[in-house]
Amino acid sequence: MRYALLVQGAPYSSQASHSALRFAQAVVARGHRLDTVFFYHDGVYNAARLAAPPQDEPHLGDAWRALHNEHGTELLVCIAAALRRGLLDEREASRHGKPGHSVEPPFELTGLGQLVEAGLSHDRLITFSP
Amino acid sequence: MNETESAIDKGEVEGKVEGKVEGIAKGDLLVILRHSPHGSSWLREGLDAALVAAAFGQQVSLLFAGDGVLALMPHQQAGALGQKGTHGVIDMLAMYDIETLLVDAHALTSRGLSAEDLMLPVSVVEGDALPKLLDRHPLVLNF
Repeated sequence: MRYALLVQGAPYSSQASHSALRFAQAVVARGHRLDTVFFYHDGVYNAARLAAPPQDEPHLGDAWRALHNEHGTELLVCIAAALRRGLLDEREASRHGKPGHSVEPPFELTGLGQLVEAGLSHDRLITFSP
Repeated sequence: MNETESAIDKGEVEGKVEGKVEGIAKGDLLVILRHSPHGSSWLREGLDAALVAAAFGQQVSLLFAGDGVLALMPHQQAGALGQKGTHGVIDMLAMYDIETLLVDAHALTSRGLSAEDLMLPVSVVEGDALPKLLDRHPLVLNF
């Protein structure tokens, strides 16, 4: 089965991101495809490239990146939700005259249309909210 | 299939100002809004998702549940926090062809409201019709 996830909880603030990640790992372990994870609302903080959690806690950002590297899962971040929360990739940082960027590949800033598309084109869209 | 059902299937059922909806609405996407206009960005971001889906040609239904019914209260303003509020978006729904506006009956009565108090005509949905409503939308987004 082809799965997509919608993650709306901030990492470390609520369980949503942790649950989404564990679900994602279970999906691929069971031989299903996880094509897309879409981050919206406070879920966009999962894409923060400067996140530095304590070493004895799971590193959510690294875990999402591993999912992308090993299974080709696309990591899509709502651009409108991201920009107002200070999450900008290099292009947006330069466009807005910011001194640095906070999002980098494999996370991609994209529009909400991609969420709708993901919902319609996959067998299942599973939402993880706080 | 009787006339009412076929009208629903084409998404042509107009909301009734009072009473129960005669059939269960159908569409490509159901967006459930459970948060009030101010205090969090859930409502605004949920409405954004609905508008984008509609702009992409999807037939969108909105279900206002819980505090989400407050999104439909008339005479709203931007509020003290300098945020735009959501009443402007509610006004634009028709422009995006989002005309299936559903309100959970319990959410209204538990807040001492009725459909006549709201700024737009809506269809009131009783609790026992909700499973069927979810079933008639292939995609459901919950905010």
